[in-house]
Amino acid sequence: MPLGGIIFITVFIALFGCFLLFLAAKVGIAAKKSSVKMEPYECGIPGVEKQDTKVSVKFYLTAILFILFDIEIIFMYPWATTFKDFIASGNGLFVLISMLIFILIFIYGLFWEVKSKALEWD
Amino acid sequence: MGKDIFEILVNGVKLVLVFLMIVQAVPILVWLERRGSAFIQNRFGPNRVGPLGLLQLLADAAKFLTKEEFAPAQGIKLLYYAAPVFALIPGAIAYAAIPMSVPIMVDAFEMFGQTWGPYKFLVQGYEIGVGIVFILGVSSLAAYTILMAGWGSGNKFSLMGALRASAQTISYELALGLSIVGVILLYGTFNLTEMIQAQQGPLSFQFLGYTITSEYLPNWGIFFQPLGAILFFTATFAESNRLPFDLAEGEAELVAGFHTEYGGFKMLLFFIGEYAHMMIAAGLMTTFFFGGYSIPFVSAAEVLAWAQTVCETATGASALTALIHFLVYNVKFALFLWIFIWVRWTLPRFRYDQLMDLGWKTMLPWALANTVFTAFMVYLAGI
Repeated sequence: MPLGGIIFITVFIALFGCFLLFLAAKVGIAAKKSSVKMEPYECGIPGVEKQDTKVSVKFYLTAILFILFDIEIIFMYPWATTFKDFIASGNGLFVLISMLIFILIFIYGLFWEVKSKALEWD
Repeated sequence: MGKDIFEILVNGVKLVLVFLMIVQAVPILVWLERRGSAFIQNRFGPNRVGPLGLLQLLADAAKFLTKEEFAPAQGIKLLYYAAPVFALIPGAIAYAAIPMSVPIMVDAFEMFGQTWGPYKFLVQGYEIGVGIVFILGVSSLAAYTILMAGWGSGNKFSLMGALRASAQTISYELALGLSIVGVILLYGTFNLTEMIQAQQGPLSFQFLGYTITSEYLPNWGIFFQPLGAILFFTATFAESNRLPFDLAEGEAELVAGFHTEYGGFKMLLFFIGEYAHMMIAAGLMTTFFFGGYSIPFVSAAEVLAWAQTVCETATGASALTALIHFLVYNVKFALFLWIFIWVRWTLPRFRYDQLMDLGWKTMLPWALANTVFTAFMVYLAGI
């Protein structure tokens, strides 16, 4: 298992990044704080928006649809790796047709999604 | 990581080297991008600092270091500082799983009065059996760093940029994931090294019981999966937030997107993350569709036989073979990185609804069609 390597490099990069930020903070010119300067970037107007500013609900919908379709795609991965073995053992047609039924459901879902205007951005 | 201290040490150094390679490639790529864009737009680009402007990157780094340290008052400090550090991690971890050359075989040798070895060192950070799944999974963690930056800045431009970027990344991840199902069907494995081995030799395939061979073409995936390759490459542009899909930082609408409040070194770390994603895309493109580190028409065994006539020791011959394959890999890899830069300075930016339409209504159905077609062809070839 390369788990040790992954953990090692993750910790190393995190420390490396922290070191760079620390170095930049030490070497860089000390900030002169003023209330105007610390405001969120805006075109010179005093900002009124809070942290929890309102965002379009479309993003949420997109995320939900993504999870649905992504899981469906992940189901195709094991099928794709073992498809050649199934053909070699003579079960190729059965596995192919079962997957085609699954893909038909996938296509129906996509078609329904387009038809119900879930993917329209305006 | 290894069975004794020497192997663990070498593997650890190797991981650090892969990471430093990514970090070192970024200034070179930035230089290439600035010079390349200048030539595309009939300008000179940076040409004052050093020969051909090559030292510009050192000057930039020194300038980044001396910038004023700043964090917005309304932001969340922890998220604001953690985001650029985390932006480095997914790219480097995923890139370390891509094989860059044939393994180096080290014979047993004497050191400190003890016999060490024999060893087999892979020219990659670590080998993972489910290589593709690991790389896709890890590299999509980059969406979190963008969201952290957007939320932690406490600025509405940052937040909107981050939301756009994450919506775009996850939308194109569908096309990305689906476009390589064809590749997996073709090779029947998740392992990247096995994929490269399957692409060696001249083009040959079986169809309805006949074996068709061509002497003039290498056995690369691009000849079996042209549509898959195009879809995959397009989706990686969106994944790495590059033009024509850089809606995350559409400066006409969002100032600079998720990194509006960032500057100096923190900004540079985001840059390294973005370029690391380009490098993963170029590396995967090479591995899936262009034979990886393999040399067309020349097998690794032939290169090794030649290397044994040059080098006396078996270890030296193995290292020379690995070096030659590493250079071949880097030539292919650099070509794709250049295409990334070339496209950025050639195509204009999409509008957001066009971008979403392209991902969901065009690329996803085509990727599905590619999957079904490939499945039929693999079935017909196999019976």
